Amino acid sequence: MPTLAGDIVGQRRWYWPAFAAPGLIWLVLLFLTPFYAIMAVAFGGIDQIFAAPVPAWNPADWSFSNFGGVLERLVGGDLEPVFFRTVGYIVISVALCIAIGYPVAYFIARHAGRRKVLLLTLMIAPFWMSYLMRMLAWVNLLNNDPGDPGLVNELLMATPFFDSPINFATGEVARITVIFGLIYGYIPFFILPLYAGLDRIDKAQLEASRDLGASPRSSFLRVTLPLSKQGILAGSVIIMLPMFGDYYTPTLLAPTPSTTLIGNQIQQMIGSTGQGPNGASLTLMLSAFVAVLMLYYLLSVARATRASQQ
Amino acid sequence: MSVTIGLERLAARPGVGIRFRNALTNPWGRPRFLRIWTWIYIVWSIAPVVIAVQFSFNAGRSRSTFQGFSLQWYEAIFRTASENFDETLLEALRNSLKLAGLTVPVATILGVGLAIGLARWRSRGSSPANFLMLFPLVTPEIVMGVSLFLIFTQLYGVGLGIPAMLLGHITFSISYVVIVVRGRLFAIGREYEEAAMDLGASSAGALRRVLVPLLAPAVFASAFIVFAISIDDFVISAFLCVQDCTTIPIKIYSAARNAGSPGLNAIASIMMFSSLLAITAAVLIQRVFIKRQEGGGRSAVEDFARFEI
Repeated sequence: MPTLAGDIVGQRRWYWPAFAAPGLIWLVLLFLTPFYAIMAVAFGGIDQIFAAPVPAWNPADWSFSNFGGVLERLVGGDLEPVFFRTVGYIVISVALCIAIGYPVAYFIARHAGRRKVLLLTLMIAPFWMSYLMRMLAWVNLLNNDPGDPGLVNELLMATPFFDSPINFATGEVARITVIFGLIYGYIPFFILPLYAGLDRIDKAQLEASRDLGASPRSSFLRVTLPLSKQGILAGSVIIMLPMFGDYYTPTLLAPTPSTTLIGNQIQQMIGSTGQGPNGASLTLMLSAFVAVLMLYYLLSVARATRASQQ
Repeated sequence: MSVTIGLERLAARPGVGIRFRNALTNPWGRPRFLRIWTWIYIVWSIAPVVIAVQFSFNAGRSRSTFQGFSLQWYEAIFRTASENFDETLLEALRNSLKLAGLTVPVATILGVGLAIGLARWRSRGSSPANFLMLFPLVTPEIVMGVSLFLIFTQLYGVGLGIPAMLLGHITFSISYVVIVVRGRLFAIGREYEEAAMDLGASSAGALRRVLVPLLAPAVFASAFIVFAISIDDFVISAFLCVQDCTTIPIKIYSAARNAGSPGLNAIASIMMFSSLLAITAAVLIQRVFIKRQEGGGRSAVEDFARFEI
């Protein structure tokens, strides 16, 4: 192999890899191998007496009976509505995140002026607040205890339309509550990459479009919007990934069967006896489903990194 | 701004229709709608948390009616003699701090090594290694939680509890360190090291006396970031904990809907302020030291907004 530019002559080939080795070994042992464990358990069996999973570490021993069973439940079985609900909630949440978040990111990137640092700080703050803390805040606000209703119910009851507190955790309202919770929880993670994308847009390009006679509307639609497409996509993907694995938002805000997500199913299965292989199978299916999103994101990050290195 | 000044301004303005048309047609004009929208968003995103913190100082038991200021719920965490003393809150705090404290040094050391190695190592192996490093950042936490749960119970025999949680926290933290440190490595470039070696330093000497001092701020910043994400982590911790290992997020998860008292808000506030403090420290370190090394540049917050994985 030819010597790459920048290699220092006389340096041994293992010198730099040696720095990376401990971290890489760690990730192989505690990230890659555990992922293989999901497959081994999903394609393994169950102990007849203790109902404990018996993982099949050797691919030659893999049996697909558990996996097939879960797949049947997912396609046309009892898990199908859960799957579609998860996808539906995520699509609605992401769409609303774009609708709510785009104007915010746009304003801060383009028009914030001397308040930019303040606005950025306030925009980033929720990013670093624990998700659980932020959900706890809403559990308090949405409380429907008649003797001690939360602030939202107090405000509603101050209007002439409500005379008793609404239970946000059951019935039809529960769906809205969970979607609301997802939006509230993940929108900061959407706005941040979008802001970064919008902030990178060269103002000269906008001026050029104006000079060439474009109306503000068309210069937004034909310059700003196309240039921020990457940011919208990156932001959407980065919030969809954790949303697919979310189980705590419904549990905290509205724990009813009508808001059960795939994440809730996985968490229940993994925790109960005899369900290990089923839980592992469902996790595997979820991973396959989000793999496309993950690869898209990683490739776009790799492209951006390469661009910034040059 | 006082109301009178606002009204005067309003009176001096052209009619609503004209203003609306101006706002739409003047691209460099001040977009009122966007401004109002942004401030509503910011209030909406932060006010609930502020209210939750406020109720940690409530004099009563309620988490929705403020009955006066009191520190009793903080006493309930720390003072055994307090009437509301709840041992589980202090235990959660202790476990969270223990985990974060142990995660930080290990993850930082592994991550810095990995960052230096990956930035300098240019051969066929580095590309897959880079990819492997990025994967934990995009893997849904539930997948990582399930996989670690299964490997610890089925193969490694670590069992569940604090040690398993520690291994899990280190695993997801390493990549964050790499991202922060690697960004700095690219900014530094190789020139300083090469200059040192031209002047006769060995590669180990150049590393120790040139690269490490230049990298130090980024290393400390990443350590603080690891502290914050470890304190805040819920999913990985929850999958790897059976008993006697409750952290603050796990405690919130299990107690928020039932048996919640302002004590829960108090412990949650402590968690939130410690991670915000850690992040502030990380930003300040970046600002003070890296800007001193480079001189000037964008504000730290703007740098931070560019923080992407």
